[in-house]
Amino acid sequence: MTWENLVLCLVFLLLSPLAIAGLALINQGLGRSRSAAHSMIGTLCALAIAAVVMVVLGAGFAGFKGGNAYSIHLGGVEWDWLGNTSLFMGNSLVSNDSASAGYVLVFLHIVAAGLAAMIPLGAGSDRWRLAPICASSAFFVGFTYPLIAHWVWGGGWLSQLSVHFGGASFVDVGGAGVIQITGGLTALSIVWILGPRRGKYTSESLPTAIPGHNIVLVLFGCILALMGWIGLESATSLLFYNLAPIRIAVVAVNAILSASCGCLAVVVVTQIRYRKPDASLSANGWIAGLVAGSAGCASVSPLAAMVTGAVAGSILVFLIEFLELRLLIDDPGGSISVHAGAGLWGLIAVAVFSPMASEQRWPQVLAQLVGIATFLGFVLPWIHAVNLILNRLVPYRVDRDGDWQGMDIRELGAGAYPEFVVHSEEFLPR
Amino acid sequence: MKIIGFLLLLSGWIIVLVTFDLFTLFSLRAGFVASGIATEGVGLTLLTYGYFSERRRAK
Repeated sequence: MTWENLVLCLVFLLLSPLAIAGLALINQGLGRSRSAAHSMIGTLCALAIAAVVMVVLGAGFAGFKGGNAYSIHLGGVEWDWLGNTSLFMGNSLVSNDSASAGYVLVFLHIVAAGLAAMIPLGAGSDRWRLAPICASSAFFVGFTYPLIAHWVWGGGWLSQLSVHFGGASFVDVGGAGVIQITGGLTALSIVWILGPRRGKYTSESLPTAIPGHNIVLVLFGCILALMGWIGLESATSLLFYNLAPIRIAVVAVNAILSASCGCLAVVVVTQIRYRKPDASLSANGWIAGLVAGSAGCASVSPLAAMVTGAVAGSILVFLIEFLELRLLIDDPGGSISVHAGAGLWGLIAVAVFSPMASEQRWPQVLAQLVGIATFLGFVLPWIHAVNLILNRLVPYRVDRDGDWQGMDIRELGAGAYPEFVVHSEEFLPR
Repeated sequence: MKIIGFLLLLSGWIIVLVTFDLFTLFSLRAGFVASGIATEGVGLTLLTYGYFSERRRAK
């Protein structure tokens, strides 16, 4: 990679933390006011842990294309499983001419892993304690994320399918799988372990509405997330898929189109179903559009990006409803539907809409299905097993009093809005 | 039920992986990948149902 491209990549990467800021605002705005500060500090801790653990451990496991790797010889093929760079990024990265490229790569992994690690916070909002958030994030950034990042972006077996077996390789340019699905499936695991918030379901298992406390911040978070997404997708396109810098404009246009159509689709669907557009669902539709558009951000046409976003938004409304009403899954931030659901659709959409010869289309669909099978069949059981073990060591759920008081008072000792927010149920009738 | 779901998820993934080593014909690969994903679907359903029925019992 030329130094000009490296600088360009770094500039885009400097935008990418805005995606974390945006999602943090969305998560805390969709939760209750009594847990707002806890939600924000949880995000900050997840990012801090991502930075430290990634440099110490994760970057070595994530590796890079052409770098050392652990591989297994099976069926006459070398399956490249895990990066094999030393701890602390490896001396090779800090002592030779490729040091700058190595630092750019590590910075990208820190932001991407931080983003993936904070996705479950929206699902575990109002009941997930800070200590287990840190423990879960550390394990996620140290082992789970690097494994997947190596398979898809670091020259691992998923990116080498066409080399070893013919056909096509798995494609995920902007991280719909590596970041979003991995984060969304972690959210599902966390919600299974935590159970619903107290008062969310009646004794007849009917859901009650617990509306988000600040929809203004949620909608502002959507705009921040767009800027961060464009930065992150541009950087991954340049670093992992050698996109020509002039094509970055396509990434930016596709990102805003897929987000817009995701949001508009939700506005239309909720207008038809509920007679009024739903603001929080529309915000989730915006993010779902961004997520679904990630996988093919650099390769599909603007029209395809619009269709991808619109389908993601339309599916989202029904998926959120299905999880909440039918499966009794309490996901206040909609993290599972937005990140895992839209991400899965995005991985298929890239094979359906990318311009390619017709004989290449089905092999590409097959490669994407192998990726999806890997996320569902390996990543989900792995994440869930780890979380079940961690839950034994550091109980995830806050106690009954904490559920009632809110996470801010219980864990931080002070509320986010001490002077002007009143919880009516805190006052007993005299 | 949850453990069976867990095992089926892993089995589905292994079916998908082994398919690439065993077959070279596209149609065979596609068929086995589809069956691997279907196995995962059953596993995910069982796992979800396991947690769902746990919640119902808790109520």
